[in-house]
Amino acid sequence: MAEIISVKDLTKRFKALTAVDNISFTVEKGEIFAFLGPNGAGKSTTIKMLTTLLNPTEGKMTINGFDPQEDQNQVRQSFGIVFQDPSLDDELTAWENMKLHAVLYQVPAKEQNQRIGEMLRFVELWDRKNSLVKTFSGGMKRRLEIARGLLHHPKILFLDEPTLGLDPQTRNHMWEYLKRINKAEQMTVFFTTHYMEEAEKIANRVAIIDHGKIVAMGTPEQLKTQTGKKTLEEAFLALTGKTIREEEASPLDALRARRRMHHH
Amino acid sequence: MNTAYILWLRQLKRYFRSKPRVIGSLAQPLLFLVSFGFGFGSIYQKAGNGNYMEFLAPGIILMSVLFTALFSGIDVIWDRQFGFLKETLAAPVSRMAIMLGRTLGGATVASLQGIVVFLLTLLVGFRPQNIVMVLASFGIMFLVAVMFTSLGTWIASTMEDMQGFQLIMNFLVMPIFFLSGALFPTEGMPKFMLLIARINPLSYGVDAIRGTLIGVSTYGIHLDMVVLLLVTAVFLVCGSYSFSKIQV
Repeated sequence: MAEIISVKDLTKRFKALTAVDNISFTVEKGEIFAFLGPNGAGKSTTIKMLTTLLNPTEGKMTINGFDPQEDQNQVRQSFGIVFQDPSLDDELTAWENMKLHAVLYQVPAKEQNQRIGEMLRFVELWDRKNSLVKTFSGGMKRRLEIARGLLHHPKILFLDEPTLGLDPQTRNHMWEYLKRINKAEQMTVFFTTHYMEEAEKIANRVAIIDHGKIVAMGTPEQLKTQTGKKTLEEAFLALTGKTIREEEASPLDALRARRRMHHH
Repeated sequence: MNTAYILWLRQLKRYFRSKPRVIGSLAQPLLFLVSFGFGFGSIYQKAGNGNYMEFLAPGIILMSVLFTALFSGIDVIWDRQFGFLKETLAAPVSRMAIMLGRTLGGATVASLQGIVVFLLTLLVGFRPQNIVMVLASFGIMFLVAVMFTSLGTWIASTMEDMQGFQLIMNFLVMPIFFLSGALFPTEGMPKFMLLIARINPLSYGVDAIRGTLIGVSTYGIHLDMVVLLLVTAVFLVCGSYSFSKIQV
């Protein structure tokens, strides 16, 4: 199989803080790859560098054969992204947000309305298509963002904590759909999460990241064998010296979830 | 071009959906127009300068264009804080087109504002010289709007937070306005103020709009246009460059 993402010795420093510390990994075409780690581990910073939004301090990256710093446009044509923090225009309707995205991502004009309709029905927002996004709940906004990220059928889909603030039913629904297009279109999925079961059930391979470093990488099975543990959770504890549960309830996280729920 | 168009449309939609913004942005020019116009009118006339409202109205029209245009840069910071900026910056389109769409959108809003203020000036007794030149003055409003929207976007692209932007704006906007000849003639000013008025691009906008609306011009419409076009081009280029370098 061919590598679609390759990262070598990638580092990002913000003044005194080293957010990403000399990481290297590759993702194969058609793979579902997860970054598993607590908040502040460097997951979002890595995604920002891969998606041309942030320049690295050091290191080499290739996305779909292109360099995110040199060939920004080719790289941007290769991926779709669902950000961790809200990224919708609250003053526009659901439909208008989708339309804007369709134009920005050059979905052929003839297909735009049909695809937008399909995606809005899929995330069950079709009856609210003409409502302003500011009237939506946090979960509805999240669903709209996911629908938007899938609108243009990208080669690689980046999802930064995609299921944060979603109820389990919607979460399952979303992953089923993603796995379907992953199979049908060979779409590569790169997601970050701090939900163990999500990494274990969904990802082909998982990289465990902590304090900006990749501490282990492999299939969930390999990680369990490597540490001699029965569950990924125990393997995580063995590798990082902490459970992810305590991180789950971190104040920043609670704040994020609240912001999503009550954001206006 | 689709990119620029859809972002232009977005700016307009956002503007028209925000009723307080529409009303609030008309209150200030009206206040200036009434209090200055009627307050200083008689003194101006006694000094032998003629009808003050005639002198003031074009200046107030451009004031509202200036304020709206410069402050529309704040949308960039707003979008950064609410996250929407990422959505546009990660898109596979040139940032030049994004910047252009946003800027023309902001400039269109500012020009519409100028036109509404123009209608308000008619209510308080302003009479332009002829109707064809009124249309020409709309063109000048748009040019001035593009110039200051680009400047606002340029400054906003280099800032992370609202406070910094507000601070710089307050430092910029009042001197630009007061030393442009919008409120009082620049001829009688002390040398150093005159110098500032001469390098202030708004002075040429005020002069051009007065030229079209009441037929009085100090620098001549040709010089006005050359300066306005040149400065607009510089601000657009610098704004685009700075916008294209934004990291989030």
